[in-house]
Amino acid sequence: MAEGMKMRAALQGDVAEVKVLMSHPMESGTRKDAKTDKLVPAHFINQVVATLNGKIVIDAQWGTGVSKNPFLGFKVKGAKAGDKIAVNAVDNLGAKFEGEVAVA
Amino acid sequence: MDQLRRTFLKSAGVAGSVAVALAAGLLKSGEVLAAAWNTSAFGAKNISDAMSGAGFSGAVESKDIEIKAPEIAENGAVVPVEVISKIPGTTSMAIFVEKNPTPMVASFDFLNGAEPYVSIRIKMGQTSLVRVAIKAAGKTYMQSKEVKVTIGGCGG
Repeated sequence: MAEGMKMRAALQGDVAEVKVLMSHPMESGTRKDAKTDKLVPAHFINQVVATLNGKIVIDAQWGTGVSKNPFLGFKVKGAKAGDKIAVNAVDNLGAKFEGEVAVA
Repeated sequence: MDQLRRTFLKSAGVAGSVAVALAAGLLKSGEVLAAAWNTSAFGAKNISDAMSGAGFSGAVESKDIEIKAPEIAENGAVVPVEVISKIPGTTSMAIFVEKNPTPMVASFDFLNGAEPYVSIRIKMGQTSLVRVAIKAAGKTYMQSKEVKVTIGGCGG
């Protein structure tokens, strides 16, 4: 099951400025649950790939140091209005997340 | 990128860490392709191991890497960091927080017109240097910036 992301891609000249907001707990595996005093298992997005019209532009690996509900901003040169920017992410438990936006 | 990944997977060290990650249940077998995830770099407990694990050992300081981050972060759980590399031919970037229990935060490869720019929010356990390492034209560079943290954010 793929879950959604909030995305925006604004054209500045020929550069698309992309902003992505994902919804994820980004648990480091070192935090203790205040009630049970047990460690909360690690649960974090570890791979993020962004494409412009299907071509990979950003290939990222993340660790547990990325904040909860991750924000990612990046810029792609050579984009045009209407181009499709997609982001696919996978977490350490295999859950998939995806988002797509047209450059405006 | 495919070429890079192939070279990467060829290395016995990486294959080994993938096996370890599989055994630890970090990766499901169906995700082995995504298993280029650099377990040794992300698992390293100090910045020099993390940097060498990520292929940045021997990086030289460069003023052409610009790190925008707050001087003082009130909440270490969410520290906004913006990085711009002005080094020609920049192909990848990695972000480290020197004093986090596992310093490596993220790495990015830039392809097909992506500018060497990233904006991201990171966790910081305490006041620390934020270090950015860059690969450009086969060489490695780095720059650091101190961020003072008033309330640490590695618990969350």
